[in-house]
Amino acid sequence: MTEASERHSFLVRLTHWLTTLAFLALLVSGLELVVSHPRFYWGEVGNVNTQPLFQIPIPSSRSLVPTGYGYTLPDQNGWSRYLHFQSAWLLVLTGLLYVGVGLFRGHFRHALVPARSELSAKRLMSSVVEHLRFKRPVPEEAWSYNVLQRISYLLVVFLAFPLIIWTGLAMSPSFVSAFPAAVNLLGGQQSARTLHFFLTGALVLFLLVHVLMVILAGFWTRVRAMITGRATARKEGV
Amino acid sequence: MSKLSRRQLITAGAVTAAGAGGLAVAAKLAHRYGLVPPDSGGVYGPGETLTYAAQRLLTRHSMAREFARSQISAKPLQNEVAPLGDEFKRLQAAGFKDWQLKVDGLVAEPKTFSLAELRSFPRRSHITMIQCEEGWSYIGEWTGVPLAHVLEVVGAAPLATHVVYHSFQTEWWESVDMADALHPQTLLAHGMNGGELPVGFGGPLRMRVTRQLGYKSVKYITHLTVTDNIKQFGKGLGSASPEAGYAWFAGI
Repeated sequence: MTEASERHSFLVRLTHWLTTLAFLALLVSGLELVVSHPRFYWGEVGNVNTQPLFQIPIPSSRSLVPTGYGYTLPDQNGWSRYLHFQSAWLLVLTGLLYVGVGLFRGHFRHALVPARSELSAKRLMSSVVEHLRFKRPVPEEAWSYNVLQRISYLLVVFLAFPLIIWTGLAMSPSFVSAFPAAVNLLGGQQSARTLHFFLTGALVLFLLVHVLMVILAGFWTRVRAMITGRATARKEGV
Repeated sequence: MSKLSRRQLITAGAVTAAGAGGLAVAAKLAHRYGLVPPDSGGVYGPGETLTYAAQRLLTRHSMAREFARSQISAKPLQNEVAPLGDEFKRLQAAGFKDWQLKVDGLVAEPKTFSLAELRSFPRRSHITMIQCEEGWSYIGEWTGVPLAHVLEVVGAAPLATHVVYHSFQTEWWESVDMADALHPQTLLAHGMNGGELPVGFGGPLRMRVTRQLGYKSVKYITHLTVTDNIKQFGKGLGSASPEAGYAWFAGI
């Protein structure tokens, strides 16, 4: 099988699954870290003596936090922090590989940037309506991305991930000692933490919709295409 | 399944070999330039080493952000402190006049300082943020003697790589590399927000490491050891934190 007939290149498949692994590890460890202080603030500082922006109504792993629950969960922050930062490295290095090689090969221009004609209000609306009706894609769509897919993938790759990496680094006292603008531009260290949490929410929402769409399009054929590179829809469609 | 061609196999082999060789060279260089943390073993070792090496390459001399007096937190949070015991109460009742800081290890002359001596040393103040690894934070003004000054007084050896510090609470001991030990903002703090350092915040003497999380700013400091072999302390992981599952480097 030649490369030209592959649905996804080896690099796209490899970086897709490495990112999946890193993201899930970051999500689990990140949510665990939230448990030790499920309060969020705006500005530079925040603690149990200050007014939170909001508090997630869950029990905490620290007795210091007023949760209303009569018990404290066990502390899991040690391994969660280790895992979070190791996974962050995996995500960042994978992302650099994907974006670097992608730019070099013109992957984004060919596969992801929508054609101008696709961006008309009418075309966009019809695509939104098709999605909202959970209309199953036509077989030809197994070989390219539709316009909403293209836009959401570009937003995830070039907006959401850079922002979540930035807001994460902005929480590091050592990093911001060298690059204070990283945290000052966000309005403070607690603002960075809160934004990091909201961006997690946005990426989880993307993940859920992404998996739902894969299921609607035919789970095993799409997952197989992302593992082996092969898509059979062209034959089936004929 | 697509079949790997011969060329792809050869390319993959060459890339793997080059990668392994590159890693070996990188590891050697990293050790030589002090870019490997003491807890670099184990499953999270690669991530920790990348973090510490990257931070040290970027931040060896950088200064933690300092804030305006108006930004000092009205209600700082002292966090929970385990009971300090009768001996501490006795020292406290006597105004800590018998509190001692012992400094030994790779020094020209091991010395023991009283609190009064430490207070008579040149002092520095900074208004900085202390962040807990849990996510909360506050801003305070810390006053104390720069650790670098104490190291100079005892004549710390130039080949030293770390300073180990012990607390009155013996289960708490930590260490920093020389980049943090000699950093102008790193203080043996005896004052906070214009007054003496309250006991709840680590008084009479607390290590204040501005570019790392709160757990490196150990309270109730009694003993410093200058060393060029961090592996000989405890289980060889650098401090009590990795023994309890927490990273030695807490700059992130």
